[in-house]
Amino acid sequence: MTAAIVSLDHVNKWYGPHHVLQDVSLEIGKGEVVVICGPSGSGKSTLIRTINALEPIRDGKLLLNGVDVHGKGTDLNKLRQSVGFVFQQFNLFPHMSVLDNVTFAPIRIQKRPRAEAEALARELLAKVGLAEKADSFPGFLSGGQQQRVAIARALALQPPVILFDEPTSALDPEMVGEVLQVMKSLARDGMTMVCVTHEMGFAREVGDRIVFMDQGRIVVDTTPELFFDAPDHPRIKRFLSDVKGEH
Amino acid sequence: MDFLLPADQMALLLGGVRTTVLLFAIAWVIAFALAIALVVIRATDYRPCRWFVDAFVAYHRNVPLLVQVMFWYFGMPELLPETIRFWLYDHNAEFCFAVIALALGSAAYQAEDIRSGLRAIPATQFEAARALGCSYLETMRYIVVPQALRISLPPLVGRALLLFKNTSIAMAIGVAELTYRTREIENLTFKTFQIFGIATVLYLIGTFSLMALGSWIERRTTPGRKEHRNA
Ligand SMILES: Nc1ncnc2c1ncn2[C@@H]1O[C@H](COP(=O)(O)OP(=O)(O)O)[C@@H](O)[C@H]1O
Ligand SMILES: [Mg+2]
Repeated sequence: MTAAIVSLDHVNKWYGPHHVLQDVSLEIGKGEVVVICGPSGSGKSTLIRTINALEPIRDGKLLLNGVDVHGKGTDLNKLRQSVGFVFQQFNLFPHMSVLDNVTFAPIRIQKRPRAEAEALARELLAKVGLAEKADSFPGFLSGGQQQRVAIARALALQPPVILFDEPTSALDPEMVGEVLQVMKSLARDGMTMVCVTHEMGFAREVGDRIVFMDQGRIVVDTTPELFFDAPDHPRIKRFLSDVKGEH
Repeated sequence: MDFLLPADQMALLLGGVRTTVLLFAIAWVIAFALAIALVVIRATDYRPCRWFVDAFVAYHRNVPLLVQVMFWYFGMPELLPETIRFWLYDHNAEFCFAVIALALGSAAYQAEDIRSGLRAIPATQFEAARALGCSYLETMRYIVVPQALRISLPPLVGRALLLFKNTSIAMAIGVAELTYRTREIENLTFKTFQIFGIATVLYLIGTFSLMALGSWIERRTTPGRKEHRNA
């Protein structure tokens, strides 16, 4: 077996009495694109927030690039630099220009030379199609543009894996495409990606695996072909027809 | 300026202005730095930190500034070792204690202003910074505090004005600042209206300058102000 980039082993998490993650095990290998879907409240956000330790867990084991996230002496801040995270609401820093948003972590946190960080940032902004917006401020960009900047910001730390939490759910419909386009090109470049999304077209086109969650459990973990063409679980059938109904 | 005041009295008055400005400037710098420290300490989850800051703020908000100043000047020296006490009395003790009392009082209020600015920053900003690998202090320093300060700027300018005016309380312990000198000249000359008129104008020059500085900073720190102008 190839070394997994992300590995969850019987992870359990509670919010008070609520058992949000129930015995979740998941391995994500290098270059894989894993799409996580499931009804609202099923624990998808909690799961990927757990992966970069934004959320603590009760028990189970979580390895990132082979490092035990909850091990003694693990530097979480250092570890988080090796996991990109893209939020539903973009969460750009409004007091910084687009360029500064992207160079912030490399310069301030990783202490890399400014010139090097800016060169990389401009390259990434070009990649997400926003080279000419480097000096703009987030408040002057559309939602789709902000999310593309957020992706560039996550890539600036050159993480081996990037997590997306419903990156297109807060966008107006006409802006969903531009963000998915960027994500697809990342996937084609061989990026390891974990995407919580309801964009089933995206899942079918670039997903290597579909993980379906319900009530804190992973119900199935399968290929897009099997998931869409032969859903063998009544909850998946219901979910798929609900998602179709949204569009 | 002779038509206003004789030269010797003018010199006295300007010496007072100098002391007032120094009192204000030194106290403000200390107060601002302390306020930020208080806010960062208060924002930790650690209970004793919160209690300490809350007690500090409550004391300075609920005890008259005049009492605080007198407490520092008359009360504190009793607690100090003799050598330090004598050194202070040789080195303008009243000025030092006035600065300390003014700075602590202003810090308490500024901390409250910055804290309400802080509450206006969504938790998601904190999360975004943590997800990039920032430590707690880095998150505060680069992401949260700069935004909170920008939001708190208008009340902070108000606090600066208040501090500037409150420097006059230092006369109660014999600091020869502007109000002290004004009283002194008035006692000499009995030109009450004229001398207090001049003092009023001098205070107004100070406060208007601070207000102008405040709105300049506000304009400078508006994100994307150039884009706005071009838009
Ligand atoms: N901070 C929290 N405190 C308590 N309960 C929470 C918290 N965050 C999420 N939950 C609950 O945990 C469950 C899973 O939430 P979430 O992971 O956000 O689901 P999803 O992303 O799949 O919609 C939901 O029932 C939600 O109400
Ligand atoms: Mg969610």
